[in-house]
Amino acid sequence: MGRYVVRRLLQMIPVFIGATFLIFVMVYALGDPVAALFGDRAPDPATARQLRAEFNLDKPVWQQYLLYMGNIFTGDFGTAFNGEPVTDLMGRAFPISFRLMLTALVIELVLGILLGVITGLRRGRAFDTSILMATLVVIAIPTFVLGTTAQFLFGVQLGWINPAVSPEGRFSELLLPGIILALVSLAYVTRLTRTSVAENTRADYIRTAVAKGLPRRRVTVRHLLRNSLIPVVTYLGADIGTLMAGAIVTERIFNIQGVGFQLYQGILRQNSPTVVGFVVVLVLIFLLANLLVDLLYAVLDPRIRYV
Amino acid sequence: MSEPPQPPPVGPPEAPIAIAAGDGRGEPATPTGAEPGRARSLWSDAWHDLRRNPVFVISALLICFLVLISIWPSLIATESPLRCQLSRSLEGASAGHWFGFDTQGCDVYTRTVYGARASIAVGVCATLGVALVGTVIGGLAGFFGGFWDALLSRVTDMFFGIPLILGAIVFLSMIKLSGIWPVVLVIAALSWPQIARIARGAVITAKQNDYVQAARALGASHARILLRHILPNAIAPVIVMATIMLGTFIALEATLSYLGVGLRPPTVSWGVDISAASTGMQFRNAPHILLYPAAALSLTVLAFIMLGDAVRDALDPKLR
Repeated sequence: MGRYVVRRLLQMIPVFIGATFLIFVMVYALGDPVAALFGDRAPDPATARQLRAEFNLDKPVWQQYLLYMGNIFTGDFGTAFNGEPVTDLMGRAFPISFRLMLTALVIELVLGILLGVITGLRRGRAFDTSILMATLVVIAIPTFVLGTTAQFLFGVQLGWINPAVSPEGRFSELLLPGIILALVSLAYVTRLTRTSVAENTRADYIRTAVAKGLPRRRVTVRHLLRNSLIPVVTYLGADIGTLMAGAIVTERIFNIQGVGFQLYQGILRQNSPTVVGFVVVLVLIFLLANLLVDLLYAVLDPRIRYV
Repeated sequence: MSEPPQPPPVGPPEAPIAIAAGDGRGEPATPTGAEPGRARSLWSDAWHDLRRNPVFVISALLICFLVLISIWPSLIATESPLRCQLSRSLEGASAGHWFGFDTQGCDVYTRTVYGARASIAVGVCATLGVALVGTVIGGLAGFFGGFWDALLSRVTDMFFGIPLILGAIVFLSMIKLSGIWPVVLVIAALSWPQIARIARGAVITAKQNDYVQAARALGASHARILLRHILPNAIAPVIVMATIMLGTFIALEATLSYLGVGLRPPTVSWGVDISAASTGMQFRNAPHILLYPAAALSLTVLAFIMLGDAVRDALDPKLR
């Protein structure tokens, strides 16, 4: 197990460097950070040259990248256009996004697994069919349509919630955005659990468990569910990326000032240190989450052993 | 009928008669299907199943219709999508204008019909690009193994490490170009790893088959083994995944347009119209301006997902 984790971590290094380098090239080579700093006006050539020298922008891209990464590992993510250190922005944005993602994850896992088990055990009944239809509809309608419609319905028409989330981003305010963010993943988790449960109900070990007289609940929870969750765990790895990307859309709709919001603002204003800094952290989280998911397999399935 | 992220099952090792993909009359000596005396490959078997699957027939007909109107929109819409009368802004449905008018006073029906072209073009072109790049890279990694596999798999992981919408927004906002091609390019550049992983797995399974050893023993070149023997047996999961991805790419174009980095007016697309309707809740007094383009988009996405599911079910030998 230990050796496996070390090997995975070592494999992550080139992947991390490659992915962040790609983003770095996109932002620093395709865009022009100095021109962006001046907004619509053209910068004075002398000032521009001085700024380029100051921010190492006159050096080749790979050298800029190395200098940038060197700074990051000493905790210096640069400053945003308003003079605020990017780390301060992160300190404000990440807790809010973390709460949003946690809300979404809890909803999609609890509800998705519950619906998946019920539909998987009652294949072909009316409940199963209607849930399946609902998941297809949810997958087919883009998140931003569902989001704006829900915001209009619950926030404006019915007045149950505040249409915009306050800068603090409390859990209670994040409930509806969390549901919207979770919906697509919820549909996938439901379908995955359903397929997997339906396949496993025919397995020999389930027949054995029933034959030896175990209570129905115990068969379902301990034998059926544990084995059926393996594909769901696989999906979770990819889902972290989906949630991160979905958060950009959801945070924009509900004006949540989290990671997606800051990133989106940074991109619109071509605020290079903000964009690259946030993306670097997100890529790191994505890679670590995928490692965690792979380790979760071993917990669920004792047949999987990492050496 | 289920989940896109789960790679579909790899082509069956017990069906080596599928070497000549497409025509089921390759080896007459192995009758596997219900009709005696006639050999059926994986593909003709799948086609046999699909023709009897109502989900497949409905979604395929819908897709044919969508492709037809995206090539030839004037077939069912007589006006121009850019001919708008501001005086009729947000007007409801009326005779001759069944879907009403949008904020700019353009006919929603005409715009919905014409919007199919950009959306479908993005979906189809991005899928072709993804399938091509993914199959080549995944196929080479799986076939040659060893160093090349390690190298190509790490490159795949690098691109996989960038969340799709995130990378797309950064790229599209930096190059400052809009239109169909940048959107297609960025989707293809960031989503091929999914196909590459599936293709790699399928090729690794296919290359262990006896007929590959036989071809090698006969002195066939790498290219011949890959193209004639392995590819036809490994392509099924790629096709299934690509079909499902096509639907999600169409939705992705709409999302990118909503975020302001995808297609922009005067390009007519469902994404452009939906985002125009959602921004600032323009739809609050005129739900029709959101409803029709969103319904068209969702129906298209649904059709491709169902088609992919049906094809997967037909190609999955475990369910037979």
